Amino acid sequence: MVLNHYPLWKNILLILAIVCGIIYAAPNLYGDDPALQIQALRGGQINQELILHVEQALDQAKLPYQHVEQQTSGLLVRFAQGDAQLQGQAVLKQALGDDYVVALNLAPATPQWLRALGAHPMKLGLDLRGGVHFLMEVDIDSAINQRLESYLGELRTRLRQEQIRYQDISVSRQDEVVIRLSNKDGVEPAEKFLSENFPDLSFKTDPQSDTTLKGAFTVSELKNIHDYVMEQSMTTLRNRVNELGVAEAVVQRQGTNRVMVQLPGVQDTARAKDIIGKTATLEFLLVDDSVDPRLVMQGQVPFGSKMVTDRDGRSWLFKKRVILSGDNIVGANSGSDEYGRPDVQVRVGGNSGLFSQITRDNVGKQMGAIFIETHYDDVMIGGEKKRIKRTTEEAISIATIQSALGNRFQITGIGNVEEARNLALLLRAGALPASIDFIEERTVGPSLGMENIEMGVRSVIVGLVMVLVFMAVYYHLFGLFANISLIVNLILLVAVLSIIGATLTLPGIAGIVLTLGMAVDGNVLIDERIREELRNGSTPQASIHAGYERALVTIMDANITTFIAALVLFSIGTGPVKGFAVTLSVGLVTSVFTGVMVSRALVNYWYGGKTVKKLSIGM
Amino acid sequence: MEFFKKQTNIDFFGVRKIAAIISLILVLISLGSLLTKGLNWGLDFTGGTVIELHYPNAANLDQIRDILNKAGFENAVVQTYGGIEDVMIRVAPMAGENEQMVAKKILEGLQTAEPNVTLSRTEAVGAQVGKELTEQGGLAVLCALVLTALYIAFRFEYRFAVSAAVALAHDPIIILGVFSLFQLEFDLNTLAAMLGIIGYSLNDTIVVFDRVKENFIRVRKATPLEIMNLSINQTLSRTIMTSALTLMVVLALLFLGGKSIFGFSLALAIGVAVGTYSSIYIAGSCAVAMGLSKKDLMPTPKEV
Repeated sequence: MVLNHYPLWKNILLILAIVCGIIYAAPNLYGDDPALQIQALRGGQINQELILHVEQALDQAKLPYQHVEQQTSGLLVRFAQGDAQLQGQAVLKQALGDDYVVALNLAPATPQWLRALGAHPMKLGLDLRGGVHFLMEVDIDSAINQRLESYLGELRTRLRQEQIRYQDISVSRQDEVVIRLSNKDGVEPAEKFLSENFPDLSFKTDPQSDTTLKGAFTVSELKNIHDYVMEQSMTTLRNRVNELGVAEAVVQRQGTNRVMVQLPGVQDTARAKDIIGKTATLEFLLVDDSVDPRLVMQGQVPFGSKMVTDRDGRSWLFKKRVILSGDNIVGANSGSDEYGRPDVQVRVGGNSGLFSQITRDNVGKQMGAIFIETHYDDVMIGGEKKRIKRTTEEAISIATIQSALGNRFQITGIGNVEEARNLALLLRAGALPASIDFIEERTVGPSLGMENIEMGVRSVIVGLVMVLVFMAVYYHLFGLFANISLIVNLILLVAVLSIIGATLTLPGIAGIVLTLGMAVDGNVLIDERIREELRNGSTPQASIHAGYERALVTIMDANITTFIAALVLFSIGTGPVKGFAVTLSVGLVTSVFTGVMVSRALVNYWYGGKTVKKLSIGM
Repeated sequence: MEFFKKQTNIDFFGVRKIAAIISLILVLISLGSLLTKGLNWGLDFTGGTVIELHYPNAANLDQIRDILNKAGFENAVVQTYGGIEDVMIRVAPMAGENEQMVAKKILEGLQTAEPNVTLSRTEAVGAQVGKELTEQGGLAVLCALVLTALYIAFRFEYRFAVSAAVALAHDPIIILGVFSLFQLEFDLNTLAAMLGIIGYSLNDTIVVFDRVKENFIRVRKATPLEIMNLSINQTLSRTIMTSALTLMVVLALLFLGGKSIFGFSLALAIGVAVGTYSSIYIAGSCAVAMGLSKKDLMPTPKEV
């Protein structure tokens, strides 16, 4: 057997791996274009016409742009400069109106042929790219309380029907329904009746008062509510994030009652927070037609009613009593009725007894769906931070009640299919079942992000060049081989990170730096071993062979242990720690590959199968 | 070029008592400082104040930084967001001042320079988030130590595993000590760096151990101490070379990487230095001190 010879297939495999690495690492060299992302809201449509409209508006404002592309999520307008992007946003906002969202964004400038191969650049973390990070806490307690409140009406009705007399039913602060019965004799039948008919609640007599029953949610029901509230909050948040038009946004559940939202590239924090932080609920109310509309116009709103305007600006008077609240709606789909007219089919969950009764009593009258949004504004009042609640109400649908409505009903008389779709969307996802608090907010401005990435990259390059020079000086030709494999390692590492869609953060860059250190260590170990063999009097060929073989054991041991550490970091850590762990573990794998295989292939190519008197290894 | 023309024969273990004493002193100082001074936790762990300002015209960031420096907010991070008129200032919580006061002070200071500046918003990073992060980080370090020790025990011998773990624990303690002693800001990035150092130092230790294992089998007549010494000498030029190269990269990061990454690079730099030292002096002598002998390693004759 010839020492130090690689079979052809091994060489081909290596070359193939390197070529793939170069292709998939390449997109990272192209950087980003400042861009505007245009997304349609209710009413807006993304089509060829819109593209023309956008192009016209930009031409008129004499703003230089690269081109307008249609994407699955909307339009993307690329600019050459950031200034044009900022001005473009103002221009397009005005030109497109309220039906579209125009958001600042950065779009990767990867050439088409690379994109066709599925090569995409690494995503940059917030610390490198700029953007917003929110951590929000969902107020589940208030949702539970609200849910209890929704039982009150039904409890009253059912108890009355059963002829169990009570004085008062209310919800206590301890998340309990408190039923004060009229007399002691009613307690036992009431408890029996309620336990049978309200399985979600568990009832018991109050130890302090023998005429009072207390009902609380059962453990399993509490868990159901918890899961439902979280799920619903996440869905709603996702929808709102979409409304912002941010590519690569992250909405993730963290722990039991927290949601993390990351909006990379978003520069307008205030707006982002405003849209995400709004709490919306939905209420179905009866239209109050007892008052002369002219009196209403003069501002004479009767007690127990309120005025709400619809989207066209018309005012409606509604009775305040909620006949169906948004969190009772379990489904809303747009479709069409038997005559092909667009409608929205609504499904109501749980017991719809009250709703059904009220609608039965009011057939022929009008009912409206009111969309209520709550914004929280932080303002400074006398040096103190105060939270001011601001609600906006809008009637999103007014319809005549045709019959008693049960668990399923249709809203008809909607203008067109698009409108029906939007109404369904609002009915389904508009309501957050619980309020959400921002407990953490982080913003990295684009300038800091740019600074971080520039300095990070520069320091990696300087470090790398120093290592390359030092290796070449110290190990001569073997140092050059090591250098080539080090560069290949860097390319492969970047390629793998790009392929798996890892997000590059500042600690991630540091992971790469550390990996470079460890990767070069592999070659140092090998070269030192070869030198040692040479000193012990082995022939050059035998020294190369023994050097690689013996060093391999050490390299494997060292890397496997570090790999274990990296895996632990990955599974336990969050955020930046995780990013670091990913780069470190990928780097370990690629560095073993390049340190052992690539440098060996080069050494074999240079020295293999030849009579060599002296190795160029710096001694 | 070679550092050492011949095989060196430095008696590392002749000074092992001194090394042990130095390490002990360093660890004690570190622990003492951690207990008395504690760590200067960064915004990630403590929360802090965020102030957003709106300027009528383009904001002069250098001027703002200047004013903040004079007002005693040297750590404030100043940057623009959205457009060039909006400025965001981030300040870590300061002793004796609540966040509203910090916001007010900053606003007043900046308004004297530019009367038309308005405060858009103040914000704090929740502190309870930080508490969880600290716990998770600590747990990660511990798990990494235990699991790698298990692998070493499986691959080598339990005494190696324990010594490696001791050497490893030694490094983060000293890094934390330096950060505590000089009250440098300890943020999430620093934590990540510390975890990286565990990996690096482990690498170093394993290289020495591997050689020890090989030499125990190959060299017939030698005491464990002699073998340990021989192994360290044999791997010395590699240890120096690798440490020097890694340190080069890390120093580049330290001096060129910018402010955001300074703490991180510093932790790495200290870690590489201490890690190299601990793999030479701590790991080996620990194993010998625990009574490692030739026969402990003999049952694994699978040698290349």
